[in-house]
Amino acid sequence: MSHIALAGSAAPPKGRRPATRSFWRNVLRRLMRDPVTMTCLAILALIVLAAIFAPLIAPHDPYRTSMARRLIAPGDARYWLGTDELGRDLLSRLIYGGRLALFTGFTPVLLATVIGGFLGIVAGYVGGAVNMAIMRVIDIFYAFPSVLLAVAISGVLGAGIGNTIFSLTLVFIPPMARVAESVATQMRAQDFVEAARATGASGWRIVSAHVVPNVTGPILSYASSLISVSIVLASGLSFLGLGITPPEPEWGLMLNTLRQAIYVAPVNAVIPGVMIFVTSMCFNLMSDGLRTAMDVKQ
Amino acid sequence: MFVYVLRRIVYTVPIALGVSIVCFALIHLAPGDPLSAVIPEGASPEAIAQIRAAYGFDQPLPVQYVKWLGHVLTGDFGTSIMTRRPVLSEVAPAIVNTLTLATAAILFGFVLGCLLGVAAGYLAGKPADRVVTAVSITGVSIPHYWLGMVLIVIFAVNLNLLPATGMGEGGSGSFGLGWDSLQYLVLPALTLSVIPAGIIARSVRGTIAEVRKQEFMQTLYAKGLPARRVFLHVVKNALPAVLAVMGLQLAQLLGGSILVETVFSWPGTGFLLNNAIFTRDLPMLQGTILVLAMFFVLINLLVDILQTAVDPRIKRA
Repeated sequence: MSHIALAGSAAPPKGRRPATRSFWRNVLRRLMRDPVTMTCLAILALIVLAAIFAPLIAPHDPYRTSMARRLIAPGDARYWLGTDELGRDLLSRLIYGGRLALFTGFTPVLLATVIGGFLGIVAGYVGGAVNMAIMRVIDIFYAFPSVLLAVAISGVLGAGIGNTIFSLTLVFIPPMARVAESVATQMRAQDFVEAARATGASGWRIVSAHVVPNVTGPILSYASSLISVSIVLASGLSFLGLGITPPEPEWGLMLNTLRQAIYVAPVNAVIPGVMIFVTSMCFNLMSDGLRTAMDVKQ
Repeated sequence: MFVYVLRRIVYTVPIALGVSIVCFALIHLAPGDPLSAVIPEGASPEAIAQIRAAYGFDQPLPVQYVKWLGHVLTGDFGTSIMTRRPVLSEVAPAIVNTLTLATAAILFGFVLGCLLGVAAGYLAGKPADRVVTAVSITGVSIPHYWLGMVLIVIFAVNLNLLPATGMGEGGSGSFGLGWDSLQYLVLPALTLSVIPAGIIARSVRGTIAEVRKQEFMQTLYAKGLPARRVFLHVVKNALPAVLAVMGLQLAQLLGGSILVETVFSWPGTGFLLNNAIFTRDLPMLQGTILVLAMFFVLINLLVDILQTAVDPRIKRA
């Protein structure tokens, strides 16, 4: 972009709405042409739809236990994927399990994107003492290994869906704020922001019209890469007994309880992990596709 | 350089203090009375007040923090509620076990990641590059606690080749370099290595592709250097960045090993932490997290300093 051309312009091109919209339209067009992204999208759509319509699709009641039907091997005529250690149908529990796994995976990223993005933009755009105050606190939370921080907070607060979401949100805010801060700081020094300021635009107007649209790309790209981490971590917390509480069906918790049966029914024991793996893999590949599609240089 | 190192160390002090505040606050974040595990049921109010005073819980929080910090700085992390032993005497052997596991995992990860990354970097843009990239994405996406279970099913249950859990008959005390001990390390270390392997592969791929695009590569080829010698130049230029990634990943593994340690009953800090959580042993929980977080800060500091020492091009503000 030419800085000289922009310097005197009162209406900066990068912040103009049509320009932003066409950038995202291009990204969408590139994504639609990427077979890997589209395949992953289809698989995820299937998992999400199954989770939403679980009561209609699930062949059995996911909560009904039976001591007589414990640990039936996969391939059974009635229980296609077998049963768990309490005789509950595995397939039904996997279908229902998507609800909690996706919810606890998605929500922390959403919350952290909003909160971390806000903190980062404020720190980056305002600068000075405000930046110092926000970013040094962020640095402290950044000084914990992410898994340790999640386990520590969940461990202290106790198991439960709310605590899981709280602890994961806290883990994702610092990296999110850093991404937003670094882009917002760069924006502050850009000529078109300088120009907008010179025309008397208010701070709010500059942030909403120029900073936010430019920070959105990097934030979304980073957030998309966090979804898979969040799903693996949320299920990991349940796997440790720190997330979702029994008897709710959730993939990580299912792995946890089936672990006791690993020597007796090894295939049953590892089945729930396949769902975590496939979901996390699809989100990662889609995030990769998004990053490539957003890379204008290519 | 000296000034940079000094500034970097000074900058670490407030971070370390902040980390200690978070660790201290953790106990007070816990719902219910942190002393509930100690106070016997039906204790008289006087007895409860006495116990609170003995633990210093009757004083204002800032006073408690300063006192606690003073103890921590002199190596007194408190007493475990469950074992009644000093927290440090429990954490010290556990962190050695965790470091053993993390080091083995990072070495696995480094070798695997470099092989994949170099292959992809040299084949950038070709189908093989996409395959390697897919493999490295798999490494990052896989829930490693699940991979651990799968490896146990394959190598311990079905093939009966490797032990499934623990550190051997003698425990961590007699862990040595013989196969008797090391066989216990293989599965957990392999499980833990997939994430750093994926991340290192991606970073090696990116760095090598970047180095190979630079102009001096043309010069090396033009002066007739054989490919093998050119490769050495590529490695020399790519190494600092890759080593930094490896160091940071090692630091992440210290905290990240908790899930794998649980799967393999590896008696490290993760295992300790897990027990402390479920027995509500708050001093133990606090001590373990503090020690791990301090190690994390320290390793990050070392990586930063070493990277600047190895690669003088990095000039930081």
